[in-house]
Amino acid sequence: MKTNDVILQTTTKVVFFIIFLFSIHIFFAGHYSPGGGFVGGLLTTGAIVLLLLAFDLKTVQKALPFNFTIMTGIGLLLALGTASGSIFFDVPFFTHAFSHFNLPLFGETSLHTAMIFDAGVYLVVVGAAITMIQTIGGDT
Amino acid sequence: MTVLANSLIVLTIVVGVIFTLVTVIGILRFPDVYTRAHAASKSATLGVLSILLGVFFHFWFNEGHFSIQLILGIVFLFITSPIGGHLMSRAAYLSGVKPTVLTVGDDLAEVVKKARQNQLPPREDE
Repeated sequence: MKTNDVILQTTTKVVFFIIFLFSIHIFFAGHYSPGGGFVGGLLTTGAIVLLLLAFDLKTVQKALPFNFTIMTGIGLLLALGTASGSIFFDVPFFTHAFSHFNLPLFGETSLHTAMIFDAGVYLVVVGAAITMIQTIGGDT
Repeated sequence: MTVLANSLIVLTIVVGVIFTLVTVIGILRFPDVYTRAHAASKSATLGVLSILLGVFFHFWFNEGHFSIQLILGIVFLFITSPIGGHLMSRAAYLSGVKPTVLTVGDDLAEVVKKARQNQLPPREDE
């Protein structure tokens, strides 16, 4: 019989953004409170999985036109680039650096290169998990 | 003022725990899946919301920490928990779970029957 998912789909359109914004919050707050790249990536994966449950595999691919395999590669390159960037400053591999900057909107902000490494972890987690789920869920 | 704030915290948490306990009794005592879903999705939602509200008040009044995450959790549970009950009841109905013999009205039965007849050709996976 014809399925009628209007309640699930309408709720998903609201709830997706709540989960996604919370995952971004967890990702950025990871330096000072529980969270970080891995948990943030898993939460983003959960939001995309909710979209996959409520809508079609093709619809989600159209709404989020990313190649998740390439996203995994970009994340690995980011992590490796952050780690090997320290070589150019004549310090050991994986040495991080941080400093305080006066950004126009945020005021005094402490920026750390561990953030870029965390972004790499985030992209790897999202890319790998979504690739697995799409591969298992799809026909091809 | 502190006594008033603390009694508000205690009151919300106690109400939440009582509602959660009522949920458990309802799930054990009710006869079929629909009445159980009714108990679980309504009173458990209110119970957990009330407990979260009490925790939010505690951190706000006693620790001076206004927790946005708890408010987000309250809103999120309030949106999603009834949807979960709805989806589980619907899945149970469409897979043929019979309601209890005490049921007097079933409006969805005619709609489902008509939809199954109109469907051409009949699928085998139902």
